[in-house]
Amino acid sequence: MTTINAPMPSLSHRASRWFSRNLVRIYAALAFIYLFIPVAYTFAFSFNDAGKSNLVWQGFTFDNWKNPCGAPQVCEAVGNSLKIGVISTSLATALGTMIAFALGRYKFKGRTSTNLLIFLPMATPEVVLGASLLAMFLNLRINPSFWTIVISHVMFCISFVVVTVKARIASLDPRLEQAAMDLYANEKETFRYVTLPLVMPGIAGAALLAFSLSFDDFIITNFNSGTVSTFPKFVYVSAARGIPAQANVIGSAMFFIALIIVIVGQVVSRKRKKS
Amino acid sequence: MAFLHAVSSSTSATKNVLKGKSLTPYLLLAPGLIWLVTFFIIPIFSLASTSTMVRPDGAQVGVYEQKLRFANYVDAFIANQDQYVRSFFYAALATILALAISYPLAYAIAFKSGKYRNILLVMVIAPFFTSFLLRTIAWTQILADSGPVVSTIQALPFVDELFRINNTSTAVVIGLAYNFLPFMTLPLYASLERIDPRTLEAAGDLYANGLTTFRKVTLPLSMPGVVAGTLLTFIPAAGDYVNAALLGNPNTKMIGNVIESRFFAVVDYPTAAALSFTLMATILILVTLYIRKSGTDELV
Repeated sequence: MTTINAPMPSLSHRASRWFSRNLVRIYAALAFIYLFIPVAYTFAFSFNDAGKSNLVWQGFTFDNWKNPCGAPQVCEAVGNSLKIGVISTSLATALGTMIAFALGRYKFKGRTSTNLLIFLPMATPEVVLGASLLAMFLNLRINPSFWTIVISHVMFCISFVVVTVKARIASLDPRLEQAAMDLYANEKETFRYVTLPLVMPGIAGAALLAFSLSFDDFIITNFNSGTVSTFPKFVYVSAARGIPAQANVIGSAMFFIALIIVIVGQVVSRKRKKS
Repeated sequence: MAFLHAVSSSTSATKNVLKGKSLTPYLLLAPGLIWLVTFFIIPIFSLASTSTMVRPDGAQVGVYEQKLRFANYVDAFIANQDQYVRSFFYAALATILALAISYPLAYAIAFKSGKYRNILLVMVIAPFFTSFLLRTIAWTQILADSGPVVSTIQALPFVDELFRINNTSTAVVIGLAYNFLPFMTLPLYASLERIDPRTLEAAGDLYANGLTTFRKVTLPLSMPGVVAGTLLTFIPAAGDYVNAALLGNPNTKMIGNVIESRFFAVVDYPTAAALSFTLMATILILVTLYIRKSGTDELV
């Protein structure tokens, strides 16, 4: 019995492993299709010769890509979003990186409450963040403007920057800094030539994350923007009557730009690792 | 430059860490924490204050006075309990759906991707770079009544001609799950990737089959990722109103839709504030219970 039965489990074991291995791969491929269907749709319809309402396929054209500002108010909204994105990202990255260094490198009283204060904005739904900030501005008789948007974006980006940079600091090998010190580098030099370059990929990643969160934010922005238009706000408002194809051009362009930045970043960090 | 200086002086104080008493960490923390206190904590109090205000008789639209009327909460809840319950129900369904899609995906990236791992990770985040509103609007058109998906399903036997997806609760849940998928996949991947493959081999050596290995080894070890991913999906999904507005109908409105329209269409700030405050409190309680139950403190 044993001689007959012995190969059986291993065979069925192998078969089930083969099956599960490929099942997971097939499943992952389907998940990627699900993830990319709307992106592909958005990209395809950026070539639609559709005029104002980009709902039905009318024919192929490059016009929208040649003239991305063709639809009224698209580029004004994108310009605002870019400005807000750059200002909020710089501020949030600076403030968040400082907090990350404090948390990653120091023991101090109040660490638990600091961690809680970082965690809470991420555990609060956007609608509450937006509504509470607007409630404060209303109570203080401050009219929503470009700067109230920046204030709100810095607020919700800080936590994400802290988490990203802190993870990078925690993963550093302390021996590298000790080695620098052993080679007679003073603390400033060690920071300048060893610590900072090592943490830099984390800071860059955090900045990219902050920028994409800011550029894509709609809910908090909608509460605190007054009459100022941003790209997501423009898309939401025009959704009812069909968004212009130019919005698809902007969305697709952002996709490819961000993708290129990420890939270049990966290649650079890999080359650094090799050398 | 001030920032660089502040950080560089931080390293010079590293040696004093254990002695404590250094001012540097507080100087590093101050600007960011002041920002968070001013524009996150104080607004929460402002929201609480607004939630008990009352509109004086004959006052202009949008003018409210503090009357400490806590009955606002009762009124707001009774008037909107359907939307309130629905928000958590949809968010829970979307979280389960996202987990069902993301777990095998994260598993495949962590264990089956070989040298393509980084590319696949970028591919998980990449859809995020196209505005989520554009992607949601793309779903409304893909799932439209005359669109390819619905007409294919209608052609199947035993399917009603009136079958539709767009403007239904199904569409809202699909949209919510889609929108927050990377928030589920990345923490799952992070916890799966940390698992030492040798522990899985050891389980196999001890005659555990694939399923047992998964159930007894992989799944428990990936629990921190499951907890983080479900929270990062559930919280924003419960407060979202974009999916319900674009993919739903008037009967699929969530609490976010009510808060938005109370603020802007009705200009009823106290009700909007009371609803926001209740939403936040409920989520915080649920999150605390959930974290306690699952026994992970790694998040904070």
